Formats: sequence, structure tokens, C-alpha cells
Amino acid sequence: MSQAAEIERSAPATPVASPAEASRLVARAPTVDAVGLESRAASLATRSIKHDSKRRALELAIRCMDLTTLEGTDTTGKIVAICAKAVRPDPLDPSIPSVAAVCLYPQLVPVAVEQLGGTGVAVASVAGGFPSGLGALDARLREISDVATAGADEIDIVLNRSLLLGGRYGEAFEELVAARQAAGSAHLKVILETGELGSYDRVRQASVLAMAAGADFIKTSTGKIGLNATLPTALCMMEAAREFHAQTGRRVGIKVAGGVRRSKQAIQYLVLLNETLGSSWMTPALFRIGASSLLNDVLMQLEKGTTGRYAGPDYFTID
Amino acid sequence: MSEAIEHPPATWEYAPAPESKDVVRIEDRYGLFIGGEFAEPKSGRYFPTIDPSTEEPLAEVAEAGAEDVALAVEAARSASPAWQALAGSERAKYLYRIARQIQERAREFAVLESMNGGKPIKESRDVDLPLAAAHFFYYAGWADKLDYAFPGRSPRPIGVAGQIIPWNFPMVMAAWKLAPALATGNTVVLKPAETTPLTALLLAQVIQEADLPPGVVNIVTGAGATGAALVDADVDKIAFTGSTDVGKAIRRATAGSGKRLTLELGGKAANIVFEDAPLDQAVEGVVNGIFFNQGHVCCAGSRLLVQEPVFDALLAKLKDRLQTLRVGDPLDKNTDIGAINSRAQLDKITELVGSGVAEGAEIYQPECALPERGFWFRPTLFTGVSQSHRIAREEIFGPVLSILTFRTPEEAVEKANNTPYGLSAGIWSEKGSRILWTADRLRAGVVWANTFNRFDPTSPFGGYKESGFGREGGLHGLEPYLELDGGSR
Repeated sequence: MSQAAEIERSAPATPVASPAEASRLVARAPTVDAVGLESRAASLATRSIKHDSKRRALELAIRCMDLTTLEGTDTTGKIVAICAKAVRPDPLDPSIPSVAAVCLYPQLVPVAVEQLGGTGVAVASVAGGFPSGLGALDARLREISDVATAGADEIDIVLNRSLLLGGRYGEAFEELVAARQAAGSAHLKVILETGELGSYDRVRQASVLAMAAGADFIKTSTGKIGLNATLPTALCMMEAAREFHAQTGRRVGIKVAGGVRRSKQAIQYLVLLNETLGSSWMTPALFRIGASSLLNDVLMQLEKGTTGRYAGPDYFTID
Repeated sequence: MSEAIEHPPATWEYAPAPESKDVVRIEDRYGLFIGGEFAEPKSGRYFPTIDPSTEEPLAEVAEAGAEDVALAVEAARSASPAWQALAGSERAKYLYRIARQIQERAREFAVLESMNGGKPIKESRDVDLPLAAAHFFYYAGWADKLDYAFPGRSPRPIGVAGQIIPWNFPMVMAAWKLAPALATGNTVVLKPAETTPLTALLLAQVIQEADLPPGVVNIVTGAGATGAALVDADVDKIAFTGSTDVGKAIRRATAGSGKRLTLELGGKAANIVFEDAPLDQAVEGVVNGIFFNQGHVCCAGSRLLVQEPVFDALLAKLKDRLQTLRVGDPLDKNTDIGAINSRAQLDKITELVGSGVAEGAEIYQPECALPERGFWFRPTLFTGVSQSHRIAREEIFGPVLSILTFRTPEEAVEKANNTPYGLSAGIWSEKGSRILWTADRLRAGVVWANTFNRFDPTSPFGGYKESGFGREGGLHGLEPYLELDGGSR
């Protein structure tokens, strides 16, 4: 049976600003000093997490995981397999929790909805012209509302970097607000694609923009470009979320995605979260890791913690 | 999705992650390192050195009397001609060898540094030891290039240098003193601080193993009286890092003696945050500026000057950040703030913090459990501080930050400079022209922009006014150890 703890979701967020106000918010977003940000992230990465605290972190990493497959070659069979893995990551150890969600392409949402119904594992779909976030707006919005209708609990869309980098903040904001409406009651994660933004200042601005437009989560990356989630980028977004919470009282979730393959990395992100946003964010309702190969590494580390030995890779299922 | 309610997540506690003490072998008793050998002190006296986080004794260390100091100076004097005659490239080999050995044994040094001094292992591991090794490497590179460093000025060694170092960065300070002195062909008598002698004595072993000619480096342990004896001994130069009061006494003692002198003394640095600063990083810089090494830092950013429009925002962020500081076992790899170095220092901090409260400043300390034994002090903020308060004037040398506000850049500069000290300062702003305008006007030996407490062997370090004179590090750091033709610069 599923070990998924039901994730408490607040009502979907609503925009907190008009497009003109949003433009001003973005233009006045706090600046970020790259050297200081990177040294803080590097310093937190040296935290030594051992014993019980490590086991708790690894279990939380699983509970916060969006088990992801976003390949052109994905099929019904692949999705069925990954859903099984999501619900019961270790067939021999029922104490291992289920992941938070399975993240996939829109066309395969019905398969996942069928597989995951009643398990507590959510269906998350990318939509809105993933991964570029360009293309005709009405087509992108229709894709969002279609996956919502098909039963996706969570929708990962991409920010229009063309508008952001072009300084057209008001238009970028309006697009996000429209996406927010199209998503209905589904939770909206906005991918900033930070690897393309060029500076931490822009990451902070993009975070402010997405949060003001009503994003439930801000997410680092699509995983489709070379530069994915990094610790300083995640820290920058967490600082933005901390400020947004101080100003509005609303907690926006953080999702790191792309390149998180090792337990050690997952723990480093959890340390960042713990020491930046605090324990109230240490829940799948407010933190996610988008990953495909991370899960087996976490399982391996958990087993090592129990048995004192590393099992070979063939002792963990490849799905 | 169903609307099930998840219980609020419990706090994620980090399990203890202590660095192992197994790498360190501490002897019961240490003699003096004179003429390449460890010797019993003629004084016959020993004193205990402790772990300030537990108050447990670690070892007994010889107390050098005047006779012992004279023997050490004699050893340095007799080693001097051969050392001076050695080619610079040969002196460099010894320095490189010492540098490599410090790197090889960095873990051992770091653990011992934290045990004897109370500083968090993450700092001794990631800051102190890498810096100490880097300093030896850097000055090794200068040893055969002195003619190019001072072209046409025939650089020559001074002779025998007496060097007295403090307890806050024992290994870094030993490196700052020894490396330039040896590179320039001087021989040395070094006196480590009485509370933190152990890494200097381990360094003596490394020096022995590096086959440095006997007498080139001598290490005499002891307290103030030993230092005073070294100042009075037949040395050609005194280099001192420590408190301004002792620095003044040394200056009086050496006046008219012909002994060269450099002093690196106290500080009361201003860390200036302008309203356009990157605030989240400024908070980190402020925290690093004052809580690094428990605030036992001569260049600590102990006065925070905040431009009024961002005062509330910065203070709120700072208070939040203080909640996450982890105070405790210096050997725990997750400790941010370790033990206060000594009972005497703890008393001094306590007294000055008491004066701040008595003078009407508002104190803020986060809730955090402190160990029962050992010397500890909570990270502390004072708001409502005036320039006339003692906590804004006197060096506290502990984890205590006094926060003041300003309105204009002129006022910031005026307040920053309005101190008898002038060792360091920090500027936080996104505007380059403002950083340069401010830095030009600050009377401080080091000015950091959008960072704080960053050190590098290539960068000169030293003070204005009561923070001392002379520079350590970089090309400038060679000059105090050289006779130069053509007048002094």
C-alpha cells in the first residue's frame, strides 16, 4: 500500500499585484551579491549530517521528491513503471515512504492519474510550452487547462524568459496570471530556468515576479539545458521566498530540479532550506526535488544506514 | 488531492558530528624550542594550558624566564650569519618544505588549534590552516627575489627578530611572523600566547623535521613577563600583534633602543551598510564580521553603521540569522561559534556587555543552550548605541555587535573614523562610485567592499592610529624585516 502522507495543500495562490505594480516590484527587487551568495551556499554545504539526522533527511528527500521522466521516448509502459516505483520505492522495505509526485509530459497524464489514484502520490505535469515557454499564448494556456482537466494535481510551467530578459515585466506577469487561472485548482510551479537568466539579480527578479503572480512554487530548472539547479541559485530563490513571506505572510514553495543525482546534494539543499526558511518549509507542501536517478541513491544510502553496507546497484530497481 | 492535514514538521536537529581527536598526540609536558632542540626551561617553571571548551588541562608548557629568552636570542644570533649567507633560493626551499608539511598535517594542526583555542573546527580547518600554509608558500616565493622587490636598494636582513603573537589565530599569526622574517634572511625568537601555545610547539616539530638550521627559529612559551623579557633582549626588531595597551608598553620599552618595531593592535571597525546594499549578503557579512572566531578578531566589524532607511529591515534579518547560529563544541563540524578563549577574556566581555546595558543600549541575544563547563558567550546585538557608549568605543574582542545608524555618507565616514583605532572597515553598497568615495575617506588599513574578514597573503594588513603601524602580507610585509638603502619609504 502507499506510504504517502497526504500533502496538505493550501488553496491555490492568487496574484498579489497588478501588472504595473508587478513591474515596479521586479525593477526594485533586492540586489544580490554573487560572491557573498556563493560563499554562504558553500559554507552551508559543509554541514556534516550524520546518523539520525541523515536518516531523517533522506526520508524527507523521498517524501519531497517529484520522480521525473521528461523524455520524448516516454511511453505508457514507462509511466506505469515509474508510478509503481513512486508509490513503493523499495519493494522489500514498506517503511520507505512514497515520493511526493510523478512529473511527466501532458499526453501521459491520464496514465499516471489512473496508476496513482488513491495512492496519495500526486500527478505533476509540465505544460505551457515546456521547456522554452514560448509559442502562442493561447496554445500554452490551453495546454495548462487541458492537463488540469485531465487530473494533474500540480502543473510545472516555464517562465517566459524572452519577456523577462527583454524587460517586459508587466507582460510576463500577465502571462503568469493567465496561467494561474488556467491551472484552476491545480498547484502551479513556475520554472524560472535560472541557468538562462545570467545573474542572481535576475533570479531574484524572476522569483519576485512569479510569486507576485500567484505561483505556489518557484522552480529552478527544466533539466533541459546544461546549467541546472545549483546551491547558490536555490539559496537566492529561498531568500526571495523568505522576503515574500515577510511581506505578504504567504509561504511559497521551492523546487530544485536538474542535476540532483546524489543523496549528498539532496541533503545540502535540505540544509539550505532549514537554515534559510526554517522548519516550516521542511515539508513536501513547500519543498520539492525534481529528479530521476536520485531516488535509488537515497535508497542505497538508507540501506547503508540500516545494514552498515552498500548494496550493489542491481539491488535497487531501475524503472 | 484530499485535504488531509499534515502535522507541522518537527525541527530537524543535526546529530553531533565531532571531528576525531585521534589525529592529535599531545605530550604531557613541553620544553622550550631553542637551537633546534626542545629543552627544559632554566626557570624550572611550567604552566598548564587548557581546552577552553571544557576547562580540562591539555598539557604543561615551559615558562621561559629572562635567562631562557637570552639563550634563545643567543641561539638566533649565532645562527644568523650562516642563514644570511644562504642563497635566497635555498632559504625558499625550507619555507616551501614547512608550507607543505603544514598542508600535509593540516588536520592535526586544525584539531589541536580548536582544542587549545576554542575556535570552531570548520574555521581552523577551512580558514586558519589554509591561510597559514599559503603565507609560507607566498613568502617562500619572495626569498630569492628581494632585489627585484626593492630594486637598487640592496635589501639586507636586519638580524634577529623577536616576535610576539596573540591567542586568537595562533597558527596564522605564527605564519605571518615567521614566513616574511625567514624569507628575508632573519632569524627569529617567537613567543606564542600563553593560552594557545600548542600549535606553535607542533610547528616547532615541523620545523625540526624540515631540517631548518638550528637556531633560525626559536620558540619560547610564557606569559607577559616572557614577552617583556624578549622585548628587552638583544634583538634587532620586535614584531608584536596583540592589545593596544601592551603595544604602547612595548613602544615605550623599545624607544631609543634602536630596535625596529611593528605593531598590529586592536580595532573597533565600522561595517557600513548603505541603503542600496544587497541586504541578504550584507547580513552574512555582518555576521561573519563580528561572530567569526567568537569575535576574537582585531579587525572584527564590531560597529555596524546602518543607513536609517534600511535599519529595520536589516535588524530583523540579523535577528533571524542569529537564531540559526550554532554555539557549542568547537570540534563539532557544524559549530558556528565556539568557546571564548579564556576565563579572563570571558570576564572582559561580560563586563563590557554589562556596561552597554547600564548605559541604556538595548541588548538582543538569541535563545541557545550553552554547555555547562567551559567559557561561552551568546552572540549579542546592541541597538540604540551612541558613539559615546563604551561598547561603541572600546574593543570588546568578543561576539558582541554594536549597531548605530547614519543618514548621509558623510556622517557614516565621520562616525566610522571617530575612533582611536583604524585597522579595518567594511562598505556595503551596490554603487561602485560610493564604495570608492567612502573607501578613500576611511582611515583604516584594510577596507573591504561587500565582504568582510577576507585575508590573503598577497594583501598587506595593518593599522592606522592606535591599531598600530607596519604592514604584514604582500610586498609591504617584507619591508619591516629589511635594511634598505636610500631612506625608508
